[in-house]
Amino acid sequence: MVMASITSHLTSPFLSTPEFCRLSQSLHRSLRQRRCIRKSVPGTISASIDLKPPPYALNALEPHMSAETLEYHWGKHHRGYVNNLNKQIEGTELDEMSLESIISASYNKGDILPAFNNAAQVWNHEFFWESMKPGGGGKPSGELLELINRDFGSFEGLIHEFKLAAITQFGSGWTWLVYKEHKLDIPNARNPRPSEQDKKLVVVKSPNAVNPLVWEYHPLLTLDVWEHAYYLDFENRRTDYISTFLNKLVSWETVSSRLEAAKVLVAEREREMEEIDAIDDMDTIEPEDTDMYFGSDADDFADDDE
Amino acid sequence: MALRTFATRKTLGALSRFPQQLRGLQTFTLPDLPYDYGALEPAISGDIMQLHHQKHHQTYITNYNKALEQLDDAIANGDASTAVKLQSAIKFNGGGHVNHSIFWKNLAPTKEGGGEPPHGSLGWAIDQSYGSVEKLIAKMNAEGAAVQGSGWVWLALDKELKRLVVETTANQDPLVTKGPSLVPLIGIDVWEHAYYLQYKNVRPDYLKNIWKVINWKYASEIYEKECP
Repeated sequence: MVMASITSHLTSPFLSTPEFCRLSQSLHRSLRQRRCIRKSVPGTISASIDLKPPPYALNALEPHMSAETLEYHWGKHHRGYVNNLNKQIEGTELDEMSLESIISASYNKGDILPAFNNAAQVWNHEFFWESMKPGGGGKPSGELLELINRDFGSFEGLIHEFKLAAITQFGSGWTWLVYKEHKLDIPNARNPRPSEQDKKLVVVKSPNAVNPLVWEYHPLLTLDVWEHAYYLDFENRRTDYISTFLNKLVSWETVSSRLEAAKVLVAEREREMEEIDAIDDMDTIEPEDTDMYFGSDADDFADDDE
Repeated sequence: MALRTFATRKTLGALSRFPQQLRGLQTFTLPDLPYDYGALEPAISGDIMQLHHQKHHQTYITNYNKALEQLDDAIANGDASTAVKLQSAIKFNGGGHVNHSIFWKNLAPTKEGGGEPPHGSLGWAIDQSYGSVEKLIAKMNAEGAAVQGSGWVWLALDKELKRLVVETTANQDPLVTKGPSLVPLIGIDVWEHAYYLQYKNVRPDYLKNIWKVINWKYASEIYEKECP
């Protein structure tokens, strides 16, 4: 449906508008759409976001992250965000949208709407569980390691920066490794075609529920630094929690496959931008071509002073 | 000049670290609690009180002092950009020290009056503004539960307007960031570290129970000082 409306606009200046960019971005997002399950149990809220379990048993990360932590963190906090979100969106236009679309719509360019906190926290927690695995830790390899060495100097350089960001996030929030594609930090501007220098790995931190999707970055790894994430296992010792996460829990395979997926998306967007530019070139009116547009009536526009 | 021949680099270094009174900079130490860690049970567990006081509050003080020393140096050196860069560390850690110092005074064991509702002019003002203490508590609990992430909920006196207000602040922002004429009467810490070991994710239960150890006497004293 989206492609049809795009082709119908191929010869118009529409392609250079923000509207087209949003359309093509929503196409990308629907490619990454989370599965939405419509529940039909009578008497319950039937809005569409589900509570996805971690890809391992709740005790599988012991002794580095206790089963008790997972029971509360996933079973109460994450579940609470899902339930509250579904209550908030039921019957509204946000209902039936993908989670990422809800996040984008409720972020509302920074003037956040009520559903944002719950929606973003649902996304963040799913992403967090999948960032870890039993027997995790170690070092990344392949292209991910190459980019890490290129953008942080070394693996140790990345670790240092990640730890620093995690320890200096004051209050609640998240620490991220992201693949940054865009030249400008301005959301909702038409993104210029990314050049090679812009495609880099970056460590960022965010407060409360905010995540890098709102800055149109591609998240690769996250660490929850809300106190509830570590208090039962580490009390106030956030530094120990961060080290344990990096040494024993992080799944670099997952980070690698996320990087691959991000690069695919970036390549697609580049191709689309090239197509837009090619059509833009076609649209340019050259003086010699006026006949094409004005036909035999061109004489009517001749200079009267002649 | 003679001094210089006696003063080695080491002594000079020691002199600069020596009591900040020499530099005119006052730094801070952890205030003692006026009650035992376990004295607020069962409303707040002794484990939480000990961690909260000895670890969290102490860390704010340590980092506040560090930031103040760095700020002092920056000011002495005319280093404006460093001075400005330090402001967030000062707000975080200084705010943490200010807020927690108030918090310990806001609490009292039940056998020392904790939980006893306010009498006198504060009680009357609460009835006037909110209808009853119970209604005020319900409002503060609702706002406290709604704080996203970390922060505080306050009963404040606007000393210009002579009016009670309920406010929330994020992270360790002190109450004055919400209004320069706001005086804190009661502050309740809703950072997760304030309740997680005991109440886990159920912040509303923490808020319900903390009123059993709220020190209304202290709040009344502050109120009566501003509104004699």
